[in-house]
Amino acid sequence: MSTFPAAQWIAVAIFLLCLATTAGGALFAVLTTRLIRSVCGLAMACVGLAGLYYFLHSPFLAMMEILIYVGAVCVTIVFAVMLAEPDEPKDDETSGAALFWGGMAVLVAVAVFWGLWRLGVGANWTLAHDPVNDASVKAIGVSLLTTYSLAFELISLALLVAILGALAIARTGRSKP
Amino acid sequence: MMTPLYDRLEIYLAAAAFLLAVGIYGFLRRRTLIGMLISGEIIFAAASLNLMAFNRFTVHDQTVGQIFVLFIMGLAAAEIAIALSIIIAVYRNYRSIKTRELSELND
Repeated sequence: MSTFPAAQWIAVAIFLLCLATTAGGALFAVLTTRLIRSVCGLAMACVGLAGLYYFLHSPFLAMMEILIYVGAVCVTIVFAVMLAEPDEPKDDETSGAALFWGGMAVLVAVAVFWGLWRLGVGANWTLAHDPVNDASVKAIGVSLLTTYSLAFELISLALLVAILGALAIARTGRSKP
Repeated sequence: MMTPLYDRLEIYLAAAAFLLAVGIYGFLRRRTLIGMLISGEIIFAAASLNLMAFNRFTVHDQTVGQIFVLFIMGLAAAEIAIALSIIIAVYRNYRSIKTRELSELND
Protein backbone atom coordinates (compact mmCIF):
# COMPACT_ATOMS: atom_id res chain seq x y z
CA MET A 1 0.00 0.00 0.00
CA SER A 2 2.65 2.50 0.98
CA THR A 3 6.34 2.47 0.36
CA PHE A 4 7.45 4.22 3.51
CA PRO A 5 8.43 1.63 6.13
CA ALA A 6 5.99 1.16 8.99
CA ALA A 7 3.75 3.95 7.68
CA GLN A 8 0.70 2.23 9.11
CA TRP A 9 2.18 2.05 12.60
CA ILE A 10 3.19 5.69 12.50
CA ALA A 11 -0.37 6.60 11.51
CA VAL A 12 -1.76 4.50 14.37
CA ALA A 13 0.66 6.17 16.78
CA ILE A 14 -0.40 9.64 15.64
CA PHE A 15 -4.03 8.60 15.93
CA LEU A 16 -3.50 7.41 19.49
CA LEU A 17 -1.72 10.67 20.27
CA CYS A 18 -4.74 12.64 18.97
CA LEU A 19 -7.08 10.45 21.01
CA ALA A 20 -4.98 10.92 24.14
CA THR A 21 -4.80 14.70 23.59
CA THR A 22 -8.57 14.92 23.23
CA ALA A 23 -9.35 12.79 26.27
CA GLY A 24 -6.62 14.33 28.41
CA GLY A 25 -7.56 17.86 27.46
CA ALA A 26 -11.21 17.23 28.26
CA LEU A 27 -10.33 15.72 31.64
CA PHE A 28 -7.95 18.61 32.34
CA ALA A 29 -10.66 21.12 31.41
CA VAL A 30 -13.11 19.55 33.83
CA LEU A 31 -10.93 18.61 36.79
CA THR A 32 -8.70 21.64 37.43
CA THR A 33 -9.77 24.33 39.86
CA ARG A 34 -8.32 27.38 38.10
CA LEU A 35 -10.46 28.56 35.22
CA ILE A 36 -7.54 29.60 33.03
CA ARG A 37 -6.13 26.06 33.13
CA SER A 38 -9.56 24.80 32.26
CA VAL A 39 -9.56 26.98 29.12
CA CYS A 40 -6.13 25.56 28.21
CA GLY A 41 -7.56 22.07 28.61
CA LEU A 42 -10.40 22.98 26.25
CA ALA A 43 -7.87 24.25 23.69
CA MET A 44 -5.90 21.01 24.01
CA ALA A 45 -9.02 18.93 23.54
CA CYS A 46 -9.91 20.95 20.43
CA VAL A 47 -6.46 20.42 18.90
CA GLY A 48 -6.80 16.68 19.47
CA LEU A 49 -10.29 16.76 18.02
CA ALA A 50 -8.94 18.49 14.92
CA GLY A 51 -6.54 15.57 14.53
CA LEU A 52 -9.42 13.13 14.83
CA TYR A 53 -11.32 15.05 12.12
CA TYR A 54 -8.25 14.71 9.94
CA PHE A 55 -8.35 10.96 10.41
CA LEU A 56 -12.05 11.08 9.47
CA HIS A 57 -11.04 12.36 6.01
CA SER A 58 -12.01 15.96 6.67
CA PRO A 59 -9.02 18.33 6.69
CA PHE A 60 -11.43 21.23 6.14
CA LEU A 61 -13.19 20.63 9.45
CA ALA A 62 -9.84 20.11 11.16
CA MET A 63 -8.79 23.56 10.05
CA MET A 64 -12.13 25.06 11.05
CA GLU A 65 -11.95 23.42 14.47
CA ILE A 66 -8.57 25.03 15.18
CA LEU A 67 -9.62 28.34 13.65
CA ILE A 68 -12.95 28.67 15.46
CA TYR A 69 -12.41 26.87 18.75
CA VAL A 70 -8.76 27.48 19.56
CA GLY A 71 -8.54 30.79 17.74
CA ALA A 72 -11.84 32.39 18.64
CA VAL A 73 -13.76 30.58 21.37
CA CYS A 74 -10.86 29.92 23.74
CA VAL A 75 -9.49 33.45 23.34
CA THR A 76 -12.94 34.89 24.03
CA ILE A 77 -13.26 32.76 27.17
CA VAL A 78 -9.82 33.94 28.28
CA PHE A 79 -11.06 37.54 27.93
CA ALA A 80 -14.11 36.71 30.03
CA VAL A 81 -11.92 35.05 32.65
CA MET A 82 -9.82 38.21 32.83
CA LEU A 83 -12.87 40.45 33.12
CA ALA A 84 -14.70 38.29 35.63
CA GLU A 85 -13.49 36.01 38.38
CA PRO A 86 -10.27 34.12 37.65
CA ASP A 87 -10.75 31.28 40.11
CA GLU A 88 -13.19 28.58 40.92
CA PRO A 89 -14.45 29.45 44.41
CA LYS A 90 -13.06 27.68 47.42
CA ASP A 91 -15.00 24.64 48.52
CA ASP A 92 -17.76 25.87 50.75
CA GLU A 93 -19.33 22.45 51.20
CA THR A 94 -17.98 19.99 53.71
CA SER A 95 -15.62 17.32 52.46
CA GLY A 96 -18.19 14.60 53.08
CA ALA A 97 -20.81 16.37 50.96
CA ALA A 98 -18.21 17.13 48.28
CA LEU A 99 -17.24 13.48 48.17
CA PHE A 100 -20.88 12.40 48.00
CA TRP A 101 -21.91 14.76 45.21
CA GLY A 102 -18.67 14.18 43.32
CA GLY A 103 -19.36 10.47 43.51
CA MET A 104 -22.90 11.03 42.27
CA ALA A 105 -21.61 13.08 39.31
CA VAL A 106 -19.04 10.37 38.49
CA LEU A 107 -21.83 7.80 38.70
CA VAL A 108 -23.99 9.76 36.24
CA ALA A 109 -21.05 10.21 33.86
CA VAL A 110 -20.12 6.52 34.01
CA ALA A 111 -23.75 5.54 33.44
CA VAL A 112 -23.95 7.78 30.37
CA PHE A 113 -20.67 6.39 29.03
CA TRP A 114 -21.71 2.79 29.64
CA GLY A 115 -25.12 3.27 28.02
CA LEU A 116 -23.64 4.91 24.93
CA TRP A 117 -20.97 2.23 24.77
CA ARG A 118 -23.63 -0.49 24.80
CA LEU A 119 -25.70 1.37 22.19
CA GLY A 120 -22.90 2.38 19.85
CA VAL A 121 -20.22 -0.25 20.03
CA GLY A 122 -22.52 -3.22 20.42
CA ALA A 123 -24.74 -2.29 17.48
CA ASN A 124 -24.25 -3.68 14.01
CA TRP A 125 -23.89 -0.64 11.75
CA THR A 126 -24.18 -1.08 8.02
CA LEU A 127 -21.15 0.59 6.53
CA ALA A 128 -21.33 2.49 3.26
CA HIS A 129 -18.64 1.48 0.82
CA ASP A 130 -19.62 3.52 -2.24
CA PRO A 131 -19.45 7.23 -1.47
CA VAL A 132 -21.08 9.44 -4.12
CA ASN A 133 -18.37 12.08 -3.78
CA ASP A 134 -14.97 12.53 -2.22
CA ALA A 135 -15.18 14.62 0.93
CA SER A 136 -12.98 17.31 -0.59
CA VAL A 137 -13.22 21.02 0.05
CA LYS A 138 -14.54 21.45 -3.47
CA ALA A 139 -17.42 19.03 -2.82
CA ILE A 140 -18.23 20.86 0.44
CA GLY A 141 -18.22 24.19 -1.37
CA VAL A 142 -20.55 22.93 -4.07
CA SER A 143 -22.94 21.50 -1.46
CA LEU A 144 -22.85 24.70 0.61
CA LEU A 145 -23.83 26.81 -2.38
CA THR A 146 -26.48 24.47 -3.80
CA THR A 147 -28.24 22.00 -1.52
CA TYR A 148 -27.35 23.55 1.81
CA SER A 149 -27.37 27.23 0.93
CA LEU A 150 -30.18 27.83 3.43
CA ALA A 151 -28.04 26.41 6.26
CA PHE A 152 -25.16 28.59 5.11
CA GLU A 153 -27.32 31.72 5.20
CA LEU A 154 -28.76 30.72 8.57
CA ILE A 155 -25.27 30.46 10.09
CA SER A 156 -24.43 33.97 8.96
CA LEU A 157 -27.75 35.31 10.24
CA ALA A 158 -27.33 33.56 13.62
CA LEU A 159 -23.81 34.96 13.98
CA LEU A 160 -25.00 38.46 13.11
CA VAL A 161 -27.80 38.29 15.68
CA ALA A 162 -25.36 36.88 18.24
CA ILE A 163 -22.91 39.75 17.70
CA LEU A 164 -25.66 42.36 18.02
CA GLY A 165 -27.13 40.64 21.08
CA ALA A 166 -23.74 40.34 22.77
CA LEU A 167 -23.07 44.04 22.18
CA ALA A 168 -26.50 45.02 23.49
CA ILE A 169 -26.24 42.85 26.61
CA ALA A 170 -22.67 43.70 27.53
CA ARG A 171 -23.27 47.42 27.04
CA THR A 172 -25.99 47.88 29.64
CA GLY A 173 -24.93 48.90 33.10
CA ARG A 174 -21.53 49.97 31.94
CA SER A 175 -21.62 53.28 33.78
CA LYS A 176 -22.13 51.56 37.12
CA PRO A 177 -19.04 51.17 39.29
CA MET B 1 -4.57 -7.33 6.77
CA MET B 2 -6.97 -6.14 9.46
CA THR B 3 -8.54 -2.71 9.46
CA PRO B 4 -6.26 -0.14 11.05
CA LEU B 5 -7.35 1.38 14.33
CA TYR B 6 -8.25 4.75 12.84
CA ASP B 7 -10.63 3.22 10.30
CA ARG B 8 -13.03 1.70 12.80
CA LEU B 9 -16.32 3.33 13.73
CA GLU B 10 -16.30 1.96 17.28
CA ILE B 11 -13.18 3.86 18.34
CA TYR B 12 -14.74 7.18 17.39
CA LEU B 13 -18.05 6.31 19.05
CA ALA B 14 -16.24 5.39 22.25
CA ALA B 15 -14.24 8.63 22.16
CA ALA B 16 -17.43 10.65 21.65
CA ALA B 17 -19.17 8.83 24.51
CA PHE B 18 -16.17 9.54 26.74
CA LEU B 19 -16.23 13.25 25.83
CA LEU B 20 -19.96 13.41 26.56
CA ALA B 21 -19.49 11.72 29.94
CA VAL B 22 -16.65 14.08 30.87
CA GLY B 23 -18.73 17.08 29.79
CA ILE B 24 -21.71 15.97 31.85
CA TYR B 25 -19.48 15.41 34.89
CA GLY B 26 -18.06 18.92 34.49
CA PHE B 27 -21.52 20.39 34.03
CA LEU B 28 -22.63 18.80 37.30
CA ARG B 29 -19.54 19.66 39.33
CA ARG B 30 -18.48 23.12 38.14
CA ARG B 31 -19.50 25.98 40.37
CA THR B 32 -18.91 28.96 38.10
CA LEU B 33 -20.72 29.96 34.94
CA ILE B 34 -17.55 29.93 32.82
CA GLY B 35 -16.67 26.44 34.01
CA MET B 36 -20.13 25.23 33.07
CA LEU B 37 -19.76 26.91 29.68
CA ILE B 38 -16.49 25.07 29.04
CA SER B 39 -18.14 21.77 29.96
CA GLY B 40 -20.93 22.60 27.52
CA GLU B 41 -18.34 23.12 24.80
CA ILE B 42 -16.97 19.64 25.50
CA ILE B 43 -20.48 18.23 25.09
CA PHE B 44 -20.74 20.07 21.73
CA ALA B 45 -17.43 18.51 20.71
CA ALA B 46 -18.76 15.07 21.58
CA ALA B 47 -21.83 15.59 19.40
CA SER B 48 -19.70 16.85 16.51
CA LEU B 49 -17.32 13.89 16.72
CA ASN B 50 -20.23 11.46 16.75
CA LEU B 51 -21.81 13.06 13.69
CA MET B 52 -18.52 13.10 11.81
CA ALA B 53 -17.85 9.44 12.61
CA PHE B 54 -21.25 8.36 11.30
CA ASN B 55 -20.80 10.62 8.29
CA ARG B 56 -17.48 9.03 7.45
CA PHE B 57 -18.52 5.41 7.82
CA THR B 58 -22.24 5.02 7.15
CA VAL B 59 -23.32 7.84 4.80
CA HIS B 60 -22.98 7.89 1.03
CA ASP B 61 -22.82 11.66 0.59
CA GLN B 62 -19.69 12.59 2.53
CA THR B 63 -20.40 16.32 2.71
CA VAL B 64 -23.62 16.19 4.78
CA GLY B 65 -22.00 15.57 8.13
CA GLN B 66 -19.24 18.08 7.51
CA ILE B 67 -21.74 20.83 6.78
CA PHE B 68 -23.79 19.88 9.83
CA VAL B 69 -20.71 20.01 12.05
CA LEU B 70 -19.82 23.37 10.53
CA PHE B 71 -23.33 24.53 11.48
CA ILE B 72 -22.77 23.27 15.04
CA MET B 73 -19.49 25.18 15.23
CA GLY B 74 -21.17 28.39 14.08
CA LEU B 75 -23.95 28.00 16.62
CA ALA B 76 -21.41 27.21 19.36
CA ALA B 77 -19.51 30.39 18.53
CA ALA B 78 -22.74 32.42 18.64
CA GLU B 79 -23.71 30.77 21.92
CA ILE B 80 -20.29 31.55 23.42
CA ALA B 81 -20.57 35.22 22.43
CA ILE B 82 -24.03 35.59 23.98
CA ALA B 83 -23.23 33.55 27.09
CA LEU B 84 -20.00 35.43 27.82
CA SER B 85 -21.69 38.80 27.48
CA ILE B 86 -24.42 37.61 29.87
CA ILE B 87 -21.71 36.39 32.27
CA ILE B 88 -19.98 39.79 32.14
CA ALA B 89 -23.29 41.57 32.77
CA VAL B 90 -24.03 39.24 35.69
CA TYR B 91 -20.56 39.83 37.11
CA ARG B 92 -21.10 43.59 36.96
CA ASN B 93 -24.30 43.25 38.97
CA TYR B 94 -23.31 40.58 41.49
CA ARG B 95 -19.49 40.85 41.63
CA SER B 96 -19.53 37.07 41.40
CA ILE B 97 -20.15 34.31 38.87
CA LYS B 98 -20.64 31.52 41.38
CA THR B 99 -23.80 29.70 40.47
CA ARG B 100 -24.83 29.36 44.08
CA GLU B 101 -25.02 33.11 44.66
CA LEU B 102 -27.04 33.92 41.56
CA SER B 103 -30.31 33.04 43.19
CA GLU B 104 -32.48 35.91 42.00
CA LEU B 105 -32.84 37.72 38.71
CA ASN B 106 -33.99 40.99 40.24
CA ASP B 107 -31.30 42.96 42.04
